[in-house]
Amino acid sequence: MFTDTLLELAKNDSEIIAITSDARGSVTLEDFVFQLPEQFIETGIAEQNEVSIAAGLAACGKKPFVCAPASFLSTRSLEQIKLDVAYSNTNVKIIGVSGGVSYGPLGSSHHSLHDISAIRAIPGISIILPCDVHQTRKMTMTLVDYVGPVYVRMGRNTVPEVYSVNAVPFTLGKANTILEGKDLTIIGTGETVSIALETGILLRNKGINARVIDMHTIKPLDKEIIIKAAKETGHIITIEEHSIYGGLGAAVSEQVVQNFPVPMRIIGIPDEPAVTGSSDEVFRHYGLSVDNIFNVAIKMID
Amino acid sequence: MDRIKVLENKAIQIRKELLQMIYNAQTGHTGGSLSSVDILVVLYYEIMKINPKNPKWESRDRFVLSKGHSVEAYYTILSDLGFFSKDKLKSYCKYNSDLIGHPNVKVAGVEMNTGALGHGLSVAVGMAIAGKLNKKDYKVYVLMGDGELAEGSIWEGAMAAKHYKLDNLIGIVDRNHLQISGNTEDIMSLENLREKWTAFGWNTLIVDGHNIKELINTLKIMPIKKEKPHLIIANTIKGKGVSFIENDAKWHHKVPNQEQLKEALRLLDFQLNK
Repeated sequence: MFTDTLLELAKNDSEIIAITSDARGSVTLEDFVFQLPEQFIETGIAEQNEVSIAAGLAACGKKPFVCAPASFLSTRSLEQIKLDVAYSNTNVKIIGVSGGVSYGPLGSSHHSLHDISAIRAIPGISIILPCDVHQTRKMTMTLVDYVGPVYVRMGRNTVPEVYSVNAVPFTLGKANTILEGKDLTIIGTGETVSIALETGILLRNKGINARVIDMHTIKPLDKEIIIKAAKETGHIITIEEHSIYGGLGAAVSEQVVQNFPVPMRIIGIPDEPAVTGSSDEVFRHYGLSVDNIFNVAIKMID
Repeated sequence: MDRIKVLENKAIQIRKELLQMIYNAQTGHTGGSLSSVDILVVLYYEIMKINPKNPKWESRDRFVLSKGHSVEAYYTILSDLGFFSKDKLKSYCKYNSDLIGHPNVKVAGVEMNTGALGHGLSVAVGMAIAGKLNKKDYKVYVLMGDGELAEGSIWEGAMAAKHYKLDNLIGIVDRNHLQISGNTEDIMSLENLREKWTAFGWNTLIVDGHNIKELINTLKIMPIKKEKPHLIIANTIKGKGVSFIENDAKWHHKVPNQEQLKEALRLLDFQLNK
């Protein structure tokens, strides 16, 4: 959905440039390359180079989208993201695809479970994790017009639709409440939003009114929605496809402990190389599942 | 006075000012700034199309100081050209100043933040590709340090420049043979440097990086080969212009004391009009 939308927009905006590092297949840029070869730059397997080149292009008015697997893009080129993009404030969009544990059994070399934490500590760059195809499309349209550095992390696998075509609220930095409730709040980001929503619906059937929030933008963080959730629901659970250190749970808890402390549970990948398995199996192994979150919620309320 | 002499005197004036600036700030990169002065003077006063009154002029030539630690020479020249006031140089590295110890886009005339090594060439590649895409005839100049060439990312950029046939890109290496820990050939040998760049597909030249006339004559005819990026190895002396600073790695970021400053300025004055 991302590349389809980018191609559609790029046809009418020659400043849009797609850049990749031998990942046109993984990123599904083949149509883009075929239809708009003049707006495509290949750097070979050179993530540092592609990010710096993007910064140079942006400094000359182009709108570069660097698209490559999140694991390599967010780590190999972290200094380029810090210096050439964020610190230099160049209009570069860093699109990390196949993020989190999308690559499943390929192992930790291919996982990006540190990217939110690493990039969150760099001033001047936003972080977005879209949760379904509709939001991805809306986000892509937004990013083409938004001027400034952004890191986007997307998954590889098909995920349930959270939104529908005509109802996709997306404002950078403004989280969406997708289920109202007053007993507790479940916050997801990216692929975990659908788990949060499904859990919320299941809890509702048991008479527990869970609020569910889609935190698509982790930076700048929607602090108000978090503090409001703490005040009004008294319990918060965060779910993320990321290390439990420095990601969504950390960002939310930083607001909670300083403004309105309430009990929290942070569900994510513990501090270890993730277990071998498909992305689904890794999710279930670490409790990023409806069953587990349901049980955590019940215990929390008791 | 002929133009060459004017620029030679300008380079001496810039050396004096940057030493005063480093002394005033009590921090800076003395050796590498002094070695790069003649290259920067030729680029900024003779070669590049720029407009200090309109720093973002679309058709300007672009310059990236990849060896960002030579910032004192860079800031001094930008202020001398009128990008910002000379008075501002006094704030260099002072509390809350825009004149940070490495180039920053908050300063008029600076195209890109640098300081971490090995970034500038790839950034310049992006600027050169944009020039080609936009059908603009500006050139992109990037000044690299020789120690910096140990960064692998430089060679990623070198490959891309050749691949995209960037004859609007001119790389210059400030080849002063010294880096912070000693001689480049002892730390991580670079030679044969010309063969390396040539093997990467660049049209490579070697010049005396302190000979104003030779620098002008070389830079003004760039590019001499179509569809090729050009690399100029400018042989320089770290600390050039002040005998007791020259060719000593200790002066990479050593700051002159009051007596040393006075003596350095005297030695530089002595070279005026010579």
